Amino acid sequence: MKRLRFAERLVQVGFVAAVLLAWQIATTRGHLSPLFLPPLVSVYRDFVSLLASGKFWPDLRTTLYELALGFVIAAVAGTVIGYAVSRSGYSVKIFDPLFAGLYAIPAILLFPLYVLFFGIGPGSKIAMGATIAFFPVVLSTIAGLSYVNRSYVTAARSMGASPPQMFWSVMLPAALPVLLTGLRMGLILAFLSILGTETISSFSGLGHRIVELGENLDTSNMFAYILFVIAIALLLNAGLSFAEARWKEPPA
Amino acid sequence: MTQTTPAIRVEGVTRAYGAEGDRLRVVALEDTSLSVARGELLALIGPSGCGKSTLLNLMGGLAEPASGQVWIDGERIRAPLPRKVAFVFQETALFPWRTVLENLKLGMAFQGVPKEQRYSRARESLNAVGLADFADHYPAQLSGGMKQRAQLARALALQTDILLMDEPFAALDEQTRMVLGEDLSVLLARTGKTIVFVTHSLIEAVFLADRVAVFTARPGRIKTIIPVNEPHPRSRSFMTSEKLSRLRNQIYELLHDEIRRTIADSPTLDTSAAKPLYTLRDPQK
Repeated sequence: MKRLRFAERLVQVGFVAAVLLAWQIATTRGHLSPLFLPPLVSVYRDFVSLLASGKFWPDLRTTLYELALGFVIAAVAGTVIGYAVSRSGYSVKIFDPLFAGLYAIPAILLFPLYVLFFGIGPGSKIAMGATIAFFPVVLSTIAGLSYVNRSYVTAARSMGASPPQMFWSVMLPAALPVLLTGLRMGLILAFLSILGTETISSFSGLGHRIVELGENLDTSNMFAYILFVIAIALLLNAGLSFAEARWKEPPA
Repeated sequence: MTQTTPAIRVEGVTRAYGAEGDRLRVVALEDTSLSVARGELLALIGPSGCGKSTLLNLMGGLAEPASGQVWIDGERIRAPLPRKVAFVFQETALFPWRTVLENLKLGMAFQGVPKEQRYSRARESLNAVGLADFADHYPAQLSGGMKQRAQLARALALQTDILLMDEPFAALDEQTRMVLGEDLSVLLARTGKTIVFVTHSLIEAVFLADRVAVFTARPGRIKTIIPVNEPHPRSRSFMTSEKLSRLRNQIYELLHDEIRRTIADSPTLDTSAAKPLYTLRDPQK
Protein backbone atom coordinates (compact mmCIF):
# COMPACT_ATOMS: atom_id res chain seq x y z
CA MET A 1 0.00 0.00 0.00
CA LYS A 2 1.18 3.46 -0.82
CA ARG A 3 2.08 5.59 2.14
CA LEU A 4 -0.14 8.59 2.55
CA ARG A 5 1.28 11.97 3.30
CA PHE A 6 0.18 13.60 6.53
CA ALA A 7 -2.01 16.17 4.76
CA GLU A 8 -3.73 13.43 2.75
CA ARG A 9 -4.28 11.42 5.89
CA LEU A 10 -5.81 14.49 7.50
CA VAL A 11 -8.32 14.91 4.65
CA GLN A 12 -9.18 11.22 4.89
CA VAL A 13 -9.83 11.37 8.64
CA GLY A 14 -11.72 14.64 8.21
CA PHE A 15 -13.99 13.04 5.62
CA VAL A 16 -14.90 10.13 7.89
CA ALA A 17 -15.48 12.56 10.79
CA ALA A 18 -17.79 14.66 8.62
CA VAL A 19 -19.87 11.61 7.64
CA LEU A 20 -20.18 10.56 11.28
CA LEU A 21 -21.10 14.10 12.31
CA ALA A 22 -23.76 14.25 9.60
CA TRP A 23 -25.09 10.94 10.89
CA GLN A 24 -25.34 12.23 14.42
CA ILE A 25 -26.99 15.50 13.38
CA ALA A 26 -29.46 13.78 11.07
CA THR A 27 -30.57 11.36 13.77
CA THR A 28 -30.87 13.86 16.63
CA ARG A 29 -32.05 17.07 14.92
CA GLY A 30 -33.71 15.58 11.86
CA HIS A 31 -36.88 13.62 11.46
CA LEU A 32 -35.21 10.25 10.85
CA SER A 33 -36.78 7.45 12.81
CA PRO A 34 -34.22 5.74 15.09
CA LEU A 35 -35.64 2.50 13.66
CA PHE A 36 -33.92 3.24 10.36
CA LEU A 37 -30.84 4.95 11.66
CA PRO A 38 -30.16 5.04 15.37
CA PRO A 39 -28.22 8.01 16.77
CA LEU A 40 -24.46 7.51 16.54
CA VAL A 41 -24.11 8.00 20.26
CA SER A 42 -26.48 5.16 21.03
CA VAL A 43 -24.68 2.86 18.55
CA TYR A 44 -21.42 3.74 20.25
CA ARG A 45 -22.92 3.00 23.68
CA ASP A 46 -24.17 -0.39 22.48
CA PHE A 47 -20.85 -1.16 20.83
CA VAL A 48 -18.93 -0.44 24.00
CA SER A 49 -21.27 -2.54 26.09
CA LEU A 50 -21.05 -5.33 23.50
CA LEU A 51 -17.26 -5.37 23.83
CA ALA A 52 -17.38 -5.02 27.63
CA SER A 53 -19.96 -7.74 28.21
CA GLY A 54 -18.30 -10.22 25.87
CA LYS A 55 -21.71 -11.45 24.77
CA PHE A 56 -20.40 -11.59 21.20
CA TRP A 57 -18.30 -14.64 22.06
CA PRO A 58 -20.71 -17.48 21.17
CA ASP A 59 -21.53 -15.93 17.79
CA LEU A 60 -17.93 -15.00 17.03
CA ARG A 61 -16.82 -18.50 17.94
CA THR A 62 -19.36 -20.07 15.56
CA THR A 63 -18.41 -17.79 12.69
CA LEU A 64 -14.66 -18.17 13.19
CA TYR A 65 -15.03 -21.93 13.53
CA GLU A 66 -16.92 -22.07 10.24
CA LEU A 67 -14.39 -19.78 8.61
CA ALA A 68 -11.37 -21.72 9.86
CA LEU A 69 -12.72 -25.07 8.73
CA GLY A 70 -14.07 -23.82 5.41
CA PHE A 71 -10.84 -22.00 4.63
CA VAL A 72 -8.58 -24.90 5.56
CA ILE A 73 -10.59 -27.26 3.36
CA ALA A 74 -10.40 -24.81 0.45
CA ALA A 75 -6.70 -24.09 1.00
CA VAL A 76 -5.67 -27.74 1.16
CA ALA A 77 -7.91 -28.89 -1.70
CA GLY A 78 -7.04 -25.85 -3.81
CA THR A 79 -3.27 -26.11 -3.45
CA VAL A 80 -3.14 -29.89 -3.82
CA ILE A 81 -5.41 -29.97 -6.88
CA GLY A 82 -3.72 -26.86 -8.30
CA TYR A 83 -0.32 -28.51 -7.88
CA ALA A 84 -1.52 -31.72 -9.54
CA VAL A 85 -2.97 -29.79 -12.48
CA SER A 86 0.15 -27.64 -12.91
CA ARG A 87 2.34 -30.72 -13.35
CA SER A 88 1.57 -31.03 -17.04
CA GLY A 89 0.78 -28.47 -19.70
CA TYR A 90 -1.97 -30.76 -20.97
CA SER A 91 -3.92 -30.81 -17.72
CA VAL A 92 -3.48 -27.05 -17.33
CA LYS A 93 -5.05 -26.67 -20.77
CA ILE A 94 -7.97 -28.89 -19.74
CA PHE A 95 -8.62 -27.79 -16.17
CA ASP A 96 -7.60 -24.16 -15.97
CA PRO A 97 -10.49 -22.88 -18.16
CA LEU A 98 -12.82 -25.32 -16.42
CA PHE A 99 -12.08 -23.91 -12.97
CA ALA A 100 -12.12 -20.35 -14.29
CA GLY A 101 -15.54 -21.00 -15.81
CA LEU A 102 -16.93 -22.53 -12.63
CA TYR A 103 -15.57 -19.60 -10.65
CA ALA A 104 -17.86 -17.29 -12.61
CA ILE A 105 -20.97 -19.22 -11.53
CA PRO A 106 -22.69 -17.61 -8.51
CA ALA A 107 -21.90 -20.38 -6.06
CA ILE A 108 -24.33 -18.93 -3.53
CA LEU A 109 -27.08 -20.65 -5.51
CA LEU A 110 -25.76 -23.93 -4.12
CA PHE A 111 -26.63 -22.83 -0.60
CA PRO A 112 -30.18 -24.30 -0.48
CA LEU A 113 -28.67 -27.58 -1.62
CA TYR A 114 -26.00 -27.41 1.07
CA VAL A 115 -28.66 -26.76 3.72
CA LEU A 116 -30.34 -29.89 2.47
CA PHE A 117 -27.07 -31.85 2.62
CA PHE A 118 -25.45 -30.45 5.75
CA GLY A 119 -28.31 -28.93 7.73
CA ILE A 120 -28.98 -25.46 9.05
CA GLY A 121 -26.02 -25.63 11.46
CA PRO A 122 -22.35 -24.79 10.73
CA GLY A 123 -22.02 -27.62 8.19
CA SER A 124 -23.71 -25.77 5.35
CA LYS A 125 -21.71 -22.57 6.08
CA ILE A 126 -18.42 -24.48 6.09
CA ALA A 127 -19.33 -26.10 2.77
CA MET A 128 -20.29 -22.75 1.30
CA GLY A 129 -17.12 -21.04 2.49
CA ALA A 130 -14.97 -23.91 1.24
CA THR A 131 -16.67 -23.93 -2.17
CA ILE A 132 -16.28 -20.22 -2.71
CA ALA A 133 -12.70 -20.01 -1.41
CA PHE A 134 -11.58 -23.04 -3.41
CA PHE A 135 -11.59 -21.30 -6.79
CA PRO A 136 -9.23 -18.37 -6.17
CA VAL A 137 -6.87 -20.76 -4.39
CA VAL A 138 -6.81 -23.41 -7.12
CA LEU A 139 -6.59 -20.85 -9.93
CA SER A 140 -3.74 -18.95 -8.35
CA THR A 141 -1.90 -22.17 -7.54
CA ILE A 142 -2.11 -23.25 -11.19
CA ALA A 143 -1.13 -19.79 -12.41
CA GLY A 144 1.70 -19.45 -9.91
CA LEU A 145 3.24 -22.85 -10.50
CA SER A 146 2.83 -23.10 -14.25
CA TYR A 147 4.22 -19.67 -15.09
CA VAL A 148 7.42 -19.81 -13.08
CA ASN A 149 10.18 -17.98 -14.96
CA ARG A 150 11.90 -20.60 -17.12
CA SER A 151 15.34 -19.18 -16.44
CA TYR A 152 15.11 -20.15 -12.74
CA VAL A 153 14.16 -23.69 -13.70
CA THR A 154 16.89 -23.98 -16.33
CA ALA A 155 19.50 -22.60 -13.95
CA ALA A 156 18.48 -25.01 -11.19
CA ARG A 157 18.50 -27.91 -13.63
CA SER A 158 21.98 -27.04 -14.86
CA MET A 159 23.20 -27.11 -11.26
CA GLY A 160 21.70 -30.55 -10.73
CA ALA A 161 18.56 -29.83 -8.68
CA SER A 162 16.61 -33.00 -7.86
CA PRO A 163 12.82 -32.99 -8.38
CA PRO A 164 12.06 -32.33 -4.66
CA GLN A 165 14.72 -29.57 -4.59
CA MET A 166 13.23 -28.11 -7.74
CA PHE A 167 9.80 -27.97 -6.13
CA TRP A 168 10.66 -26.75 -2.65
CA SER A 169 13.55 -24.43 -3.47
CA VAL A 170 12.55 -23.08 -6.89
CA MET A 171 8.94 -23.64 -7.96
CA LEU A 172 7.27 -22.95 -4.62
CA PRO A 173 9.16 -19.78 -3.66
CA ALA A 174 8.82 -18.49 -7.23
CA ALA A 175 5.07 -19.09 -7.19
CA LEU A 176 4.54 -17.93 -3.61
CA PRO A 177 3.49 -14.33 -4.31
CA VAL A 178 0.67 -15.45 -6.60
CA LEU A 179 -0.23 -18.30 -4.29
CA LEU A 180 -0.52 -16.03 -1.26
CA THR A 181 -2.72 -13.60 -3.14
CA GLY A 182 -5.05 -16.50 -3.97
CA LEU A 183 -5.15 -17.61 -0.34
CA ARG A 184 -5.93 -14.10 0.85
CA MET A 185 -8.72 -13.75 -1.68
CA GLY A 186 -10.01 -17.15 -0.62
CA LEU A 187 -10.11 -16.23 3.06
CA ILE A 188 -11.91 -12.96 2.41
CA LEU A 189 -14.45 -14.59 0.10
CA ALA A 190 -15.03 -17.40 2.61
CA PHE A 191 -15.65 -14.85 5.36
CA LEU A 192 -18.12 -12.93 3.21
CA SER A 193 -20.00 -16.01 2.11
CA ILE A 194 -20.17 -17.45 5.62
CA LEU A 195 -21.56 -14.20 7.02
CA GLY A 196 -23.97 -14.01 4.12
CA THR A 197 -25.27 -17.55 4.48
CA GLU A 198 -25.61 -17.10 8.22
CA THR A 199 -28.09 -14.33 7.50
CA ILE A 200 -30.12 -16.66 5.27
CA SER A 201 -30.65 -19.62 7.54
CA SER A 202 -28.76 -20.58 10.67
CA PHE A 203 -28.92 -21.08 14.44
CA SER A 204 -26.03 -18.85 15.45
CA GLY A 205 -23.09 -16.83 14.19
CA LEU A 206 -22.51 -13.12 13.68
CA GLY A 207 -24.60 -12.97 10.51
CA HIS A 208 -27.42 -14.76 12.32
CA ARG A 209 -27.26 -12.33 15.25
CA ILE A 210 -27.41 -9.26 13.01
CA VAL A 211 -30.52 -10.52 11.22
CA GLU A 212 -32.14 -11.43 14.53
CA LEU A 213 -31.51 -7.97 16.01
CA GLY A 214 -32.91 -6.41 12.86
CA GLU A 215 -36.03 -8.52 13.08
CA ASN A 216 -36.43 -7.42 16.70
CA LEU A 217 -36.12 -3.80 15.56
CA ASP A 218 -33.11 -3.36 17.81
CA THR A 219 -31.36 -1.28 15.15
CA SER A 220 -28.83 0.31 17.47
CA ASN A 221 -27.54 -3.05 18.67
CA MET A 222 -27.58 -4.32 15.12
CA PHE A 223 -25.30 -1.46 14.09
CA ALA A 224 -23.04 -2.26 17.02
CA TYR A 225 -22.71 -5.83 15.71
CA ILE A 226 -22.11 -4.60 12.17
CA LEU A 227 -19.33 -2.40 13.51
CA PHE A 228 -17.94 -5.41 15.32
CA VAL A 229 -17.91 -7.50 12.13
CA ILE A 230 -16.19 -4.67 10.28
CA ALA A 231 -13.54 -4.60 12.98
CA ILE A 232 -13.03 -8.37 12.65
CA ALA A 233 -12.78 -8.09 8.86
CA LEU A 234 -10.20 -5.31 9.16
CA LEU A 235 -8.19 -7.39 11.61
CA LEU A 236 -8.27 -10.42 9.30
CA ASN A 237 -7.18 -8.34 6.34
CA ALA A 238 -4.41 -6.64 8.28
CA GLY A 239 -3.11 -9.99 9.50
CA LEU A 240 -3.10 -11.39 5.98
CA SER A 241 -1.46 -8.34 4.45
CA PHE A 242 1.22 -8.58 7.09
CA ALA A 243 1.79 -12.27 6.37
CA GLU A 244 1.85 -11.58 2.66
CA ALA A 245 4.38 -8.79 3.00
CA ARG A 246 6.47 -10.93 5.29
CA TRP A 247 6.64 -13.93 2.95
CA LYS A 248 6.24 -12.42 -0.43
CA GLU A 249 8.76 -9.96 -1.74
CA PRO A 250 12.37 -9.75 -0.87
CA PRO A 251 13.24 -6.09 -0.27
CA ALA A 252 13.64 -4.36 -3.61
CA MET B 1 41.06 -40.47 -20.16
CA THR B 2 44.23 -39.15 -21.69
CA GLN B 3 45.66 -35.69 -21.88
CA THR B 4 44.58 -35.52 -25.50
CA THR B 5 40.88 -36.11 -24.78
CA PRO B 6 39.24 -32.78 -25.50
CA ALA B 7 37.21 -31.24 -22.71
CA ILE B 8 34.26 -30.88 -25.06
CA ARG B 9 33.70 -32.64 -28.34
CA VAL B 10 30.69 -31.96 -30.53
CA GLU B 11 30.13 -34.24 -33.50
CA GLY B 12 27.73 -33.67 -36.37
CA VAL B 13 25.13 -32.02 -34.18
CA THR B 14 21.86 -30.78 -35.70
CA ARG B 15 18.94 -29.16 -33.97
CA ALA B 16 15.76 -27.78 -35.45
CA TYR B 17 12.56 -26.15 -34.29
CA GLY B 18 9.30 -27.29 -35.84
CA ALA B 19 8.33 -30.59 -37.44
CA GLU B 20 9.89 -31.97 -40.59
CA GLY B 21 8.14 -30.51 -43.64
CA ASP B 22 6.54 -27.75 -41.60
CA ARG B 23 6.62 -24.41 -43.38
CA LEU B 24 7.80 -22.78 -40.15
CA ARG B 25 10.48 -25.37 -39.48
CA VAL B 26 13.74 -23.70 -38.62
CA VAL B 27 17.06 -25.47 -38.53
CA ALA B 28 18.91 -23.68 -35.77
CA LEU B 29 22.10 -25.63 -36.00
CA GLU B 30 23.20 -27.91 -38.79
CA ASP B 31 25.82 -30.63 -38.77
CA THR B 32 28.22 -28.85 -36.48
CA SER B 33 31.43 -30.39 -35.19
CA LEU B 34 33.88 -28.83 -32.81
CA SER B 35 36.47 -29.67 -30.16
CA VAL B 36 37.44 -27.57 -27.20
CA ALA B 37 40.77 -28.34 -25.57
CA ARG B 38 41.30 -28.38 -21.82
CA GLY B 39 41.81 -24.90 -20.41
CA GLU B 40 40.83 -23.30 -23.67
CA LEU B 41 38.64 -20.22 -23.98
CA LEU B 42 36.39 -20.43 -27.01
CA ALA B 43 34.10 -17.64 -28.15
CA LEU B 44 31.04 -18.31 -30.31
CA ILE B 45 30.00 -15.37 -32.44
CA GLY B 46 27.48 -15.00 -35.23
CA PRO B 47 24.29 -13.34 -36.41
CA SER B 48 21.16 -13.52 -34.26
CA GLY B 49 19.46 -16.88 -34.36
CA CYS B 50 22.43 -18.72 -35.80
CA GLY B 51 22.34 -21.37 -33.10
CA LYS B 52 25.17 -20.17 -30.85
CA SER B 53 23.09 -20.46 -27.70
CA THR B 54 21.61 -23.70 -28.95
CA LEU B 55 25.11 -25.13 -29.29
CA LEU B 56 25.94 -23.98 -25.77
CA ASN B 57 22.83 -25.64 -24.35
CA LEU B 58 23.68 -28.85 -26.20
CA MET B 59 27.21 -28.79 -24.74
CA GLY B 60 25.78 -28.49 -21.26
CA GLY B 61 23.14 -31.19 -21.70
CA LEU B 62 20.28 -28.73 -21.32
CA ALA B 63 18.99 -29.76 -24.74
CA GLU B 64 19.34 -32.85 -26.86
CA PRO B 65 20.45 -32.82 -30.48
CA ALA B 66 18.22 -34.28 -33.19
CA SER B 67 21.28 -36.00 -34.52
CA GLY B 68 24.93 -36.03 -33.59
CA GLN B 69 26.65 -36.38 -30.25
CA VAL B 70 28.22 -34.31 -27.52
CA TRP B 71 31.05 -35.63 -25.36
CA ILE B 72 32.35 -34.11 -22.16
CA ASP B 73 35.71 -35.52 -21.01
CA GLY B 74 35.17 -38.44 -23.33
CA GLU B 75 31.76 -39.18 -21.84
CA ARG B 76 28.70 -38.87 -24.01
CA ILE B 77 26.09 -36.62 -22.38
CA ARG B 78 22.34 -36.67 -22.53
CA ALA B 79 21.52 -34.64 -19.41
CA PRO B 80 23.19 -31.82 -17.46
CA LEU B 81 26.45 -32.78 -15.75
CA PRO B 82 26.44 -30.40 -12.78
CA ARG B 83 29.74 -31.69 -11.41
CA LYS B 84 31.58 -30.97 -14.64
CA VAL B 85 29.73 -28.11 -16.33
CA ALA B 86 28.47 -24.84 -14.88
CA PHE B 87 26.45 -22.20 -16.69
CA VAL B 88 26.27 -18.42 -16.60
CA PHE B 89 23.10 -17.30 -18.30
CA GLN B 90 22.29 -14.22 -20.31
CA GLU B 91 19.45 -13.00 -18.18
CA THR B 92 19.67 -12.91 -14.50
CA ALA B 93 18.98 -16.45 -13.40
CA LEU B 94 19.63 -15.60 -9.76
CA PHE B 95 16.80 -16.57 -7.44
CA PRO B 96 15.32 -13.21 -6.40
CA TRP B 97 13.93 -14.54 -3.11
CA ARG B 98 17.38 -15.38 -1.81
CA THR B 99 20.36 -13.22 -0.98
CA VAL B 100 23.51 -13.46 -3.06
CA LEU B 101 25.16 -15.70 -0.49
CA GLU B 102 22.09 -17.94 -0.25
CA ASN B 103 21.98 -18.16 -4.05
CA LEU B 104 25.51 -19.52 -4.05
CA LYS B 105 24.75 -21.93 -1.25
CA LEU B 106 21.60 -23.18 -2.96
CA GLY B 107 23.53 -23.86 -6.17
CA MET B 108 26.03 -25.92 -4.20
CA ALA B 109 23.19 -27.74 -2.44
CA PHE B 110 21.76 -28.66 -5.84
CA GLN B 111 25.17 -29.87 -6.98
CA GLY B 112 25.64 -31.92 -3.81
CA VAL B 113 28.38 -30.03 -1.97
CA PRO B 114 28.45 -31.04 1.73
CA LYS B 115 26.71 -28.46 3.89
CA GLU B 116 29.74 -27.50 5.98
CA GLN B 117 31.77 -26.57 2.90
CA ARG B 118 29.19 -24.32 1.31
CA TYR B 119 29.75 -21.17 3.33
CA SER B 120 33.51 -21.00 2.88
CA ARG B 121 33.30 -21.84 -0.80
CA ALA B 122 30.64 -19.17 -1.32
CA ARG B 123 32.79 -16.60 0.47
CA GLU B 124 35.78 -17.57 -1.60
CA SER B 125 34.07 -17.12 -4.93
CA LEU B 126 32.36 -13.90 -3.85
CA ASN B 127 35.81 -12.56 -3.03
CA ALA B 128 37.06 -13.70 -6.41
CA VAL B 129 34.43 -11.67 -8.27
CA GLY B 130 34.69 -8.69 -5.91
CA LEU B 131 31.24 -9.03 -4.35
CA ALA B 132 32.31 -9.84 -0.80
CA ASP B 133 30.47 -6.81 0.57
CA PHE B 134 27.21 -7.71 -1.13
CA ALA B 135 26.76 -11.24 0.16
CA ASP B 136 23.61 -10.35 2.10
CA HIS B 137 22.00 -8.25 -0.61
CA TYR B 138 19.07 -9.50 -2.64
CA PRO B 139 19.53 -9.59 -6.44
CA ALA B 140 17.04 -6.74 -6.87
CA GLN B 141 19.36 -4.56 -4.80
CA LEU B 142 22.29 -5.06 -7.19
CA SER B 143 23.18 -3.31 -10.45
CA GLY B 144 23.17 -5.30 -13.68
CA GLY B 145 26.93 -5.73 -13.60
CA MET B 146 26.88 -6.93 -10.00
CA LYS B 147 24.12 -9.42 -10.78
CA GLN B 148 26.26 -10.97 -13.51
CA ARG B 149 29.23 -11.06 -11.13
CA ALA B 150 26.99 -12.85 -8.64
CA GLN B 151 25.92 -15.33 -11.28
CA LEU B 152 29.55 -15.92 -12.18
CA ALA B 153 30.36 -16.41 -8.49
CA ARG B 154 27.57 -18.99 -8.23
CA ALA B 155 29.05 -20.88 -11.19
CA LEU B 156 32.61 -20.63 -9.80
CA ALA B 157 31.52 -21.96 -6.42
CA LEU B 158 30.50 -25.18 -8.15
CA GLN B 159 34.20 -25.70 -9.00
CA THR B 160 33.54 -27.34 -12.35
CA ASP B 161 36.20 -27.78 -14.99
CA ILE B 162 33.96 -26.36 -17.67
CA LEU B 163 32.15 -23.05 -17.70
CA LEU B 164 29.56 -22.22 -20.36
CA MET B 165 28.47 -18.60 -20.62
CA ASP B 166 25.56 -17.42 -22.73
CA GLU B 167 26.09 -13.73 -23.48
CA PRO B 168 26.86 -13.05 -19.85
CA PHE B 169 27.27 -9.32 -20.39
CA ALA B 170 24.65 -8.75 -23.08
CA ALA B 171 22.39 -6.65 -20.87
CA LEU B 172 25.17 -4.39 -19.61
CA ASP B 173 26.36 -1.06 -20.91
CA GLU B 174 29.60 -0.99 -22.88
CA GLN B 175 31.78 0.51 -20.16
CA THR B 176 30.64 -1.99 -17.54
CA ARG B 177 31.16 -4.91 -19.86
CA MET B 178 34.67 -3.81 -20.79
CA VAL B 179 35.70 -3.60 -17.16
CA LEU B 180 33.99 -6.92 -16.40
CA GLY B 181 35.75 -8.41 -19.41
CA GLU B 182 39.15 -7.37 -18.04
CA ASP B 183 38.32 -8.80 -14.63
CA LEU B 184 37.09 -11.97 -16.22
CA SER B 185 40.25 -12.42 -18.23
CA VAL B 186 42.39 -12.17 -15.09
CA LEU B 187 40.08 -14.41 -13.09
CA LEU B 188 39.70 -17.10 -15.72
CA ALA B 189 43.39 -17.21 -16.53
CA ARG B 190 43.94 -18.08 -12.87
CA THR B 191 41.32 -20.81 -12.66
CA GLY B 192 42.47 -22.69 -15.76
CA LYS B 193 38.91 -23.65 -16.65
CA THR B 194 37.70 -24.68 -20.06
CA ILE B 195 35.33 -21.95 -21.16
CA VAL B 196 32.91 -21.52 -24.01
CA PHE B 197 31.05 -18.27 -24.24
CA VAL B 198 28.51 -16.82 -26.62
CA THR B 199 28.81 -13.14 -27.42
CA HIS B 200 27.59 -10.53 -29.84
CA SER B 201 30.56 -8.30 -29.21
CA LEU B 202 33.48 -8.67 -31.61
CA ILE B 203 35.87 -6.95 -29.23
CA GLU B 204 34.78 -9.08 -26.30
CA ALA B 205 35.31 -12.23 -28.36
CA VAL B 206 38.84 -11.30 -29.41
CA PHE B 207 39.79 -9.85 -26.06
CA LEU B 208 38.82 -12.91 -24.04
CA ALA B 209 39.10 -15.93 -26.28
CA ASP B 210 41.88 -18.23 -27.45
CA ARG B 211 39.82 -19.05 -30.52
CA VAL B 212 36.77 -17.38 -32.00
CA ALA B 213 34.25 -19.59 -33.82
CA VAL B 214 32.37 -17.54 -36.41
CA PHE B 215 28.91 -18.84 -37.35
CA THR B 216 27.02 -18.59 -40.60
CA ALA B 217 23.46 -17.29 -40.73
CA ARG B 218 20.63 -19.76 -40.30
CA PRO B 219 20.92 -22.69 -40.64
CA GLY B 220 23.85 -22.14 -38.32
CA ARG B 221 27.19 -23.79 -38.94
CA ILE B 222 30.68 -22.82 -37.96
CA LYS B 223 32.11 -20.83 -40.85
CA THR B 224 35.66 -20.36 -39.63
CA ILE B 225 37.61 -20.57 -36.41
CA ILE B 226 40.02 -17.69 -35.85
CA PRO B 227 42.90 -18.26 -33.41
CA VAL B 228 43.86 -15.27 -31.28
CA ASN B 229 47.30 -16.39 -29.99
CA GLU B 230 47.73 -14.01 -27.11
CA PRO B 231 48.74 -15.07 -23.60
CA HIS B 232 46.36 -14.75 -20.65
CA PRO B 233 45.59 -12.72 -18.67
CA ARG B 234 45.07 -10.15 -21.36
CA SER B 235 46.08 -6.68 -20.36
CA ARG B 236 44.32 -3.43 -21.02
CA SER B 237 46.93 -2.61 -23.67
CA PHE B 238 45.71 -5.59 -25.69
CA MET B 239 42.32 -3.92 -25.80
CA THR B 240 43.76 -1.00 -27.76
CA SER B 241 46.33 -2.98 -29.72
CA GLU B 242 46.65 -3.15 -33.48
CA LYS B 243 46.37 -6.93 -33.31
CA LEU B 244 42.99 -6.81 -31.64
CA SER B 245 41.55 -4.41 -34.17
CA ARG B 246 42.97 -6.42 -37.05
CA LEU B 247 41.33 -9.61 -35.75
CA ARG B 248 38.15 -7.71 -35.02
CA ASN B 249 38.03 -6.43 -38.60
CA GLN B 250 38.73 -9.87 -39.95
CA ILE B 251 35.81 -11.32 -38.02
CA TYR B 252 33.62 -8.43 -39.03
CA GLU B 253 34.36 -9.14 -42.70
CA LEU B 254 33.39 -12.78 -42.15
CA LEU B 255 30.20 -11.84 -40.34
CA HIS B 256 29.08 -9.01 -42.54
CA ASP B 257 27.47 -11.04 -45.31
CA GLU B 258 25.91 -13.41 -42.80
CA ILE B 259 24.31 -10.57 -40.90
CA ARG B 260 22.98 -9.10 -44.16
CA ARG B 261 21.41 -12.46 -44.95
CA THR B 262 19.82 -12.69 -41.53
CA ILE B 263 18.26 -9.27 -41.83
CA ALA B 264 16.91 -10.05 -45.30
CA ASP B 265 15.49 -13.37 -44.09
CA SER B 266 14.16 -12.43 -40.74
CA PRO B 267 10.55 -11.48 -41.60
CA THR B 268 9.77 -15.06 -42.58
CA LEU B 269 11.87 -16.71 -39.94
CA ASP B 270 10.75 -16.35 -36.40
CA THR B 271 11.86 -19.17 -34.13
CA SER B 272 9.48 -18.05 -31.42
CA ALA B 273 6.51 -18.81 -33.67
CA ALA B 274 7.57 -22.38 -34.29
CA LYS B 275 7.24 -25.02 -31.65
CA PRO B 276 10.53 -26.61 -30.65
CA LEU B 277 10.77 -30.13 -31.98
CA TYR B 278 12.58 -31.16 -28.84
CA THR B 279 11.91 -29.02 -25.86
CA LEU B 280 14.11 -28.78 -22.82
CA ARG B 281 13.41 -31.87 -20.81
CA ASP B 282 10.64 -31.24 -18.32
CA PRO B 283 12.38 -30.74 -14.99
CA GLN B 284 9.41 -32.02 -13.05
CA LYS B 285 9.49 -35.46 -14.57
